[in-house]
Amino acid sequence: MTVDTLPYTTFYKAKKGIWSWLFTLDHKRIALLYLYAIISFFLVGASLGILMRLELLNPGKDIIEPHTYNQIFTLHGVIMIFLFIIPSIPAIFGNFFLPLMLGTDDVAFPKLNLLSFYLYVIGALFALATLVFGDGPADTGWTFYAPYSVKTGTNVTMSVLAAFILGFSSILTGLNFIVTIHRLRTPGMSFNKMPLFVWSLYATSWIQLLATPVIGITLLMIVAERVFGIGLFDPSIGGDPILYQHLFWIYSHPAVYIMALPAMGVVSEIIPTFAQRTIFGYKAIAYSSMAIAFIGYFVWGHHMFTSGMSGPAAIIFSILTFLVAIPTSIKVFNWLATLYKGSISIETPLLFALAFIFNFLIGGLTGLVNGALAADIHVHDTYFVVGHFHYVMFGGTGFAFFGALHYWFPKIWGRMYNKKVANTAFTLFLIGFNTLYFPMLILGIMGMPRRYYDYLPEFTFWNQISTFGSWITVSSIILMLANLIIAGRKGKRTTDNPWNGITLEWQTKSPPPVENFTKMPELPEGGPYNYPNAKKA
Amino acid sequence: MNASNFVEGVDFSLYLILAISVFFLVGITAVMIYFLIRYRKKNNPVATNIEGSHTLEIIWTVIPTILVLIMFWYGWTGYKPMLTAPKDAMEIEAVGQMWKWTFNYPNGKSSDTLVVPKDKAVKLKLVSKDVLHSLYIPAFRIKQDVVPGEDFSMWFIGQKLGRYDILCAEYCGQLHSYMLSSVHVIEPNNYEEWLNKKEDTSNEHPGLTLMKKNACLSCHTQDGTRLVGPSFKDIIGKTETIIVDGKEQTITVDKDYIRNKLVNPNSSTVKGYQAGLMPQLNLSDEEINDIVEYISKIK
Repeated sequence: MTVDTLPYTTFYKAKKGIWSWLFTLDHKRIALLYLYAIISFFLVGASLGILMRLELLNPGKDIIEPHTYNQIFTLHGVIMIFLFIIPSIPAIFGNFFLPLMLGTDDVAFPKLNLLSFYLYVIGALFALATLVFGDGPADTGWTFYAPYSVKTGTNVTMSVLAAFILGFSSILTGLNFIVTIHRLRTPGMSFNKMPLFVWSLYATSWIQLLATPVIGITLLMIVAERVFGIGLFDPSIGGDPILYQHLFWIYSHPAVYIMALPAMGVVSEIIPTFAQRTIFGYKAIAYSSMAIAFIGYFVWGHHMFTSGMSGPAAIIFSILTFLVAIPTSIKVFNWLATLYKGSISIETPLLFALAFIFNFLIGGLTGLVNGALAADIHVHDTYFVVGHFHYVMFGGTGFAFFGALHYWFPKIWGRMYNKKVANTAFTLFLIGFNTLYFPMLILGIMGMPRRYYDYLPEFTFWNQISTFGSWITVSSIILMLANLIIAGRKGKRTTDNPWNGITLEWQTKSPPPVENFTKMPELPEGGPYNYPNAKKA
Repeated sequence: MNASNFVEGVDFSLYLILAISVFFLVGITAVMIYFLIRYRKKNNPVATNIEGSHTLEIIWTVIPTILVLIMFWYGWTGYKPMLTAPKDAMEIEAVGQMWKWTFNYPNGKSSDTLVVPKDKAVKLKLVSKDVLHSLYIPAFRIKQDVVPGEDFSMWFIGQKLGRYDILCAEYCGQLHSYMLSSVHVIEPNNYEEWLNKKEDTSNEHPGLTLMKKNACLSCHTQDGTRLVGPSFKDIIGKTETIIVDGKEQTITVDKDYIRNKLVNPNSSTVKGYQAGLMPQLNLSDEEINDIVEYISKIK
């Protein structure tokens, strides 16, 4: 490594004091504000999950009452979906690294970026306020299905307003990223020379921008129905509950890709870096993101096969659902081919990326079961679905999130974590995760419905295994975060480019200066992952 | 013989997809681990930049496409017969309400459990009195949401004698996981006998019969245990704080209060309980009198 002797100030030290953080317009500082907020909510959501698993340790009551349990699984869902997974990778790593990867000094609209963060904070406060105001947090499930959500006495109004406000945070971040990608690429970087993480953020941002308004309106309709008694979804006052499900899933299915695409982008960064070779099938991976984003708009009906759907509608939604699996499988094969003839260093971020592929495969393949009409009739609304989406969201996006954290950690903090501890935590996490969620797939096929406070005795064994897995998982997460927190404060100073990556963020200092680059970054010749030291094919 | 006529189609599509899935999961993971070892830095110090291959991209686009279309096909063929019940199917009304299933037979008989004759097509007409429910019989591999205001139905043929669980699969509030029943598949001869046997309720207080019918006891106990609503034990003469239009009042519970709650269920809520859950019941004055009479005797 060449040591640059020119003095420079990191973005941490450029300004001092709490206000310089709270009113910062620097995309890197905003990213860190998001990081601390999002990790905190992840821990709250995870604690609620642990409580649920404890309650399900034995049939009958273990620790909490049914009503409390129902509120807990609703709050767990709302926090994990709206406050953790949706913003996680885009708001933290997108904010921090999009401008760096494009070779520019900030996002297009820094003030809008700060506003997005504060909308996130206000939305989060609304969600938490249900704990103290009204008759407690909603007990409807995160899907807020009508007419129960109209009838229940719990504080649904405030919960859906929280989701409404968080939606604006998401829309504005998407808008900001789209403009940034179109307008602020470094000279010479055409769309086909952008890193794949940028491509995935681009596809994600369009979904955020176009789909989120639908859920905003839908949630306001729930408020209008509860507060003013306008009959929209409750049949007893002239509404249609199926209409609600359509409107809800028109957003919430594409939202699954808001959660998954950035994770795929992270994996597409990590694998070439640790294989030290170019990515296999750059265009196939980039364009499949766009294909997933596009087809993903038209598959929402697969959430409603048992809701009373006509035969022709069921056929169309089922076929489209299977089609969306194809671009996903293309990505998996290209990632696999990128390992071929690489020169692989097995480091923690790579382990997370490969675990992502393994977990996401289980999540995706079980998704095919849900897409097939006959099989779905049996497993719909059972624990099979709970297992399936935790494999996609937690095993997929969650693992990619922690992989991204380990990958970019030295860039963000300029320090390195203890790799042995990180690998131990990773191994425990992978084992714990699968012990926690694989039994749910079995329980679902056995016929245990989801959102169940209590269960029939034949479901006991697998529920206990699952609860046991939750203890391993939580221990591994504590170990992993403790390792990172210690490293952030006292970790060994690292070089600017410890992994020998070639995307532009590795050409600047660790941590980067306020203006991101002290000298103009240079695009690698022949594509964003064209490693100069590798042999030509 | 399978428990119902749908088991074969559903299980075939389920296990076909699971088998293909296991094949790809194991295959991809094995190749991944092989590459990881074969091409680790020690074994392969210099990487090769391979940009891609059109042939491979085509292969791994076409093969998954064919496979998913096959999966779709068996999903559809297993599902299609569920859409239309045979014309000669016997109809039973299945009523879902918080948190009880009731089955009404054409001859006026009503039962908490579903009893059906073996090898006969049965069509359930699904009625919800309040929110969404979903009638799920795992052993039969069938499930259909029960939606208020919609005339949905489902059908099946019970092919094996026995008793199978009926569960509610769509979240419906506090006691969702206790909304259980069962289906008994019995010999046709026994079925006729069962259907025509009148349940003897002459020894039972008519108020209690009505309360069972209207699922009152799903939420209110007779022994003092707290469920969703207050228990009926010693309720007359009790001092309670109630909330009317957001304001607290202290009242002594009497027969008129209970009568009023039966007519206008959500005019008030006892403090500490959830508002909005008591359903509107359509009861005659005489029925209301019977119920109030019975409740006032629960000690």
